[in-house]
Amino acid sequence: MSDDAHLRLLTLVVVGASFALYIGIAIWSRVRTTGDFYIAGKSVHPVANGMATAADWMSAASFISMAGLIAFLGYDGSVYLMGWTGGYVLLALLLAPYLRRFGKFTVPEFIGERYASNTASVVAVICLILVSFTYIAGQMRGVGIVFSRFLELDIGTGLVLGMGVVFLYAVLGGMRGITYTQVAQYCVLIFAYTVPAVFISIQVTGIALPQAGFGASLADGGGSLLARLDTIVQDLGFASYTEGSRSRLDLFFITAALMIGTAGLPHVLVRFFTVRKVSDARSSAVWALIFIAILYTTAPAVAALARYNLTETIQPGPVGHPEGNLVYEERPGWFRRWEDTGLLAFEDKNDDGRVQYYNDSSADFEQKAGEYGWQGNELHVDRDIIVLANPEIAQLPAWVIALVAAGGIAAALSTAAGLLLVISAAVSHDLIKRQLRPNLSERGELRAGRISAALAILLAGYLGFNPPGFVAQVVAFAFGLAAASLFPPIVMGVFSKRMNKAGAVSGMLSGLTFTLLYIVAFRGIGGISPIFEDTPDNWLFGISPEGIGVVGMLLNFVVAVGVCSFTARPSEEVEALIERVRAPGQGEVDA
Amino acid sequence: MTAKEYWQANLKLIAGCLIVWFVASFGCGLLLAPWLNQFMLGGFKLGFWFAQQGSILVFVLVLIYYARAMKRLDAEFLAAKDKL
Repeated sequence: MSDDAHLRLLTLVVVGASFALYIGIAIWSRVRTTGDFYIAGKSVHPVANGMATAADWMSAASFISMAGLIAFLGYDGSVYLMGWTGGYVLLALLLAPYLRRFGKFTVPEFIGERYASNTASVVAVICLILVSFTYIAGQMRGVGIVFSRFLELDIGTGLVLGMGVVFLYAVLGGMRGITYTQVAQYCVLIFAYTVPAVFISIQVTGIALPQAGFGASLADGGGSLLARLDTIVQDLGFASYTEGSRSRLDLFFITAALMIGTAGLPHVLVRFFTVRKVSDARSSAVWALIFIAILYTTAPAVAALARYNLTETIQPGPVGHPEGNLVYEERPGWFRRWEDTGLLAFEDKNDDGRVQYYNDSSADFEQKAGEYGWQGNELHVDRDIIVLANPEIAQLPAWVIALVAAGGIAAALSTAAGLLLVISAAVSHDLIKRQLRPNLSERGELRAGRISAALAILLAGYLGFNPPGFVAQVVAFAFGLAAASLFPPIVMGVFSKRMNKAGAVSGMLSGLTFTLLYIVAFRGIGGISPIFEDTPDNWLFGISPEGIGVVGMLLNFVVAVGVCSFTARPSEEVEALIERVRAPGQGEVDA
Repeated sequence: MTAKEYWQANLKLIAGCLIVWFVASFGCGLLLAPWLNQFMLGGFKLGFWFAQQGSILVFVLVLIYYARAMKRLDAEFLAAKDKL
């Protein structure tokens, strides 16, 4: 059997085994009550919930794309690291314990009861569905892509397989099924992420801990890795790796949007409804952040080590020397294999048979490149390759490569399932049970929950298969939308007794509308083309559409406080509810 | 300890934790990073280290501290209630 066929078979076995595990868990944990279906019967151990939250949270984007993004952005990529972890501090301090104390099933239910308003609850459902669907289409796409790259199935087949597995454990097992499959998925994905990182760190710096390795000296005696990386990327016309190039104000706003958005994402919030008591909500936020931090502190190490490996492979000799670049015919095996997938592409623009990889959009560097006889960058590198090709670049055994495939699928499936469940809960509980059919029996509601989960999977699969041009872009905007719509009414619901229904509803609507319009104005959606050119000069205060959610959130707060100040105080019942949510205690408040 | 005092103590804790959170990320990792970069931590420029490692470690420590402090506060409240 050839190496490639052997690798494919091994990958099939590993991915198949992980699927069998997930389905087994689904059958073992199938549910019969709505409490089990929505929030796993409030019986999840804080450590298990921490792991499940970590898997829920870390999507295909975290697993596959983030290290690649950082590898090419350098310091500027730190916004993802700080943004996607710092949000947990807000979550644990401002939201999670109080939502658990409130003790119902969903986020819109909290907003509906706190503001004693069906309108508020319906607006929250709309925000929730908008945020979750933009996010989920990207996940289903991720599943399809991992299948097609590692197993050479077409994206459609991969999607159907992924949908089938999620269908089984989300529809049968509800939140209980999802929780325990997410625990398994976390173990698969973290193992798959850290093993190659450790080996690469040892190869390059001789230090096993990647977090320390990327700040160490090179094993070949070439001095500090980061200093060497800074020099070589700047010699090739790129921005300094450790200092970056984006404006500090924009970095500030993007980081804040990602943090606050993280804290406002409904599929993350709902995980804190599933633990036994309020102190468990606090400690499981700690565990979640620890489990997430393991991947998020490894990612920048992977990024720096991989950028170094890549640059050294392409540019083994001095920059500008006629023999300084890699001879195309002598390229390593992984280079050939990834060329087949289109993630690496070479075009010999100056016909010298060597590969030149440099920043050809830098005007300053153009003259130098001309002196070297370079006629444009010759290598296209897809960012996703940084994680996906890592084990091959480090010459790790085939089973590690198979594991990375299973890890990528685990990351995408766990997030997709979590999102599907909050969508189905919003539909069956907040819309059907609480608005349309209050008399629905528990069995009826459970059936409605399963049917809406199934429909949501079909719709998500459709979106993954036919991504309407905007989906990929919009995934990043889900954070801005969550920050601008859901975060303020929950925080004010707990921390302000004065905030009322009129304030909360007008705040949510203005935050959501403003953010949505700003994004559409600069990026367009579907058939609508952008109204303004997407350049820093045109942006409001120089803030990019990725960071605008923070302004939307501030607008939400300002409008809410303004409207609230000339409308009636909330009723005494609501005030009593707030007192109970704030009061010490472990169980739920009585309605 | 009354429920009101409990809430005040909680608010104070939250404010303290948020200050540390802000200083570690937006402060050391972003706004002060160019200045901090003149110092080295091993092979890392300090500002860069805060942005890609340090801030995340501080987040974890802040949450551990908050969870423990709240556990203590819960216990104090229960003890005060038992005395009544």
